[in-house]
Amino acid sequence: MNKVHKDIPKQAQTSSSKMLLAMAGIGAVCALLIAFVFETTLPRRESLKEEALQQAIFKVVPNGKKSIAFVLNDEGILAPLGDGEKGEVALYAAYDDNGVLQGVAIEATGQGYADLIKVLYGYSLEREAIVGHYVLESKETPGLGDRIEKDERFLTNFKMLSARLDASGKQLLHPIVTVKEGRKQQTWEIDGMTGATISSRAIGDILNKSCQQMLPLVQAQKEQIQNAYGNLN
Amino acid sequence: MLMETLTKVAPKNTPDSSPKKKGRKPADLLSNDEFIKGLWRENPVFVQVLGMCPVLAVTNTAENALAMGLATSFVLLMSNVLVSSLRNFIPKEVRISSYILIIATFVTIIDYVIQSISVELHKSLGAFISLIVVNCLILSRAEAFASKNTIGKSVSDALGMGMGFTFALLCLGVVRELLGSGSIFGWQLMMDNFQTWIIMILPAGGFFTLALWLLLFNGLQLKKSK
Repeated sequence: MNKVHKDIPKQAQTSSSKMLLAMAGIGAVCALLIAFVFETTLPRRESLKEEALQQAIFKVVPNGKKSIAFVLNDEGILAPLGDGEKGEVALYAAYDDNGVLQGVAIEATGQGYADLIKVLYGYSLEREAIVGHYVLESKETPGLGDRIEKDERFLTNFKMLSARLDASGKQLLHPIVTVKEGRKQQTWEIDGMTGATISSRAIGDILNKSCQQMLPLVQAQKEQIQNAYGNLN
Repeated sequence: MLMETLTKVAPKNTPDSSPKKKGRKPADLLSNDEFIKGLWRENPVFVQVLGMCPVLAVTNTAENALAMGLATSFVLLMSNVLVSSLRNFIPKEVRISSYILIIATFVTIIDYVIQSISVELHKSLGAFISLIVVNCLILSRAEAFASKNTIGKSVSDALGMGMGFTFALLCLGVVRELLGSGSIFGWQLMMDNFQTWIIMILPAGGFFTLALWLLLFNGLQLKKSK
């Protein structure tokens, strides 16, 4: 046994300080590279994201041509954001060329199968229904869960998904739910997808939660949202 | 297991410390042989069967396959360059962690670059961009080749392997999109009454297509060797 040990050549051990120096040096170079690319691409990434968001707003609110962002203050009042003003946007109101309110686009986030799903949905105040849906961010499984953004049949659910408030105007008359594929019978039900069960249910939950919270505010302040266009233009 | 794979995948790569290196010819700087090797003889997918996660998962459309192939090639090229440049500076005990750090940096960079090219493309590749970090192909080239060879040869190796990987991904992506969606790069090629094979865009379709390509590739290699 001892002989075997003697035959193995001993390799010189690198000192800890040299290893530390190497790792710290590479780490510093990598951090600089990342910071440089992050800063260089930031304006372009932000403008593309903003552009994509604007396109998405007009995609989920049919006939929308211009939009105004609204923030929600502590008193539950929706206030329009002027040009250059910044704040946490609660919703985007979309107007046609004549300044008539066509609907609102609301961002909503919730847990999906792989990670958080961020969607933008359009709500028509006149029809009291969700009239469009667009997935802004998702990491759902390609080919399965990601059908929540591509599957034509699933997307038809959001052409006219009832989101009516009850008599008190403080909650939905019928909560939005996702049902099994082919079992949709009511206008407030989302026809789910086999093979993307969790993701399609997640969409139902996200929309229901957001609608319960936002739609009473939107309906109660319908006139202020309409008048904001005239005030800002 | 990983180390076994790393040593297995590059039996023909010898360290670049031979005496003939002195008085290097310009041709050595970018080696044709290293380039062709990755493209065909030691193709990372069809011969070495490496990087199976993106090969099976992202090849449901030709566009995704091309974008993933190019993104992986970029990371492979840049990490090979940096690993080769720092090969005398990195102690062997911390080499793997250093390589991972370098690879992760370039994956983050390509993530930002794709975001600044197209939001839609970034959305369609989704989580698989971040997963380039754990692509065995990149780590294996860093460990088995770039850490032992000059920058010129490492660049040729990375270009060959990257193009070979992109070519393989495209082979799968084109077949899967054509049969699964009836189109190639979004262009509808099949007739309207064509019944799409849903299985081809699901993970199982990836396995079937890969198996058929491997069969074809190995058949060709066998025929050539006879």
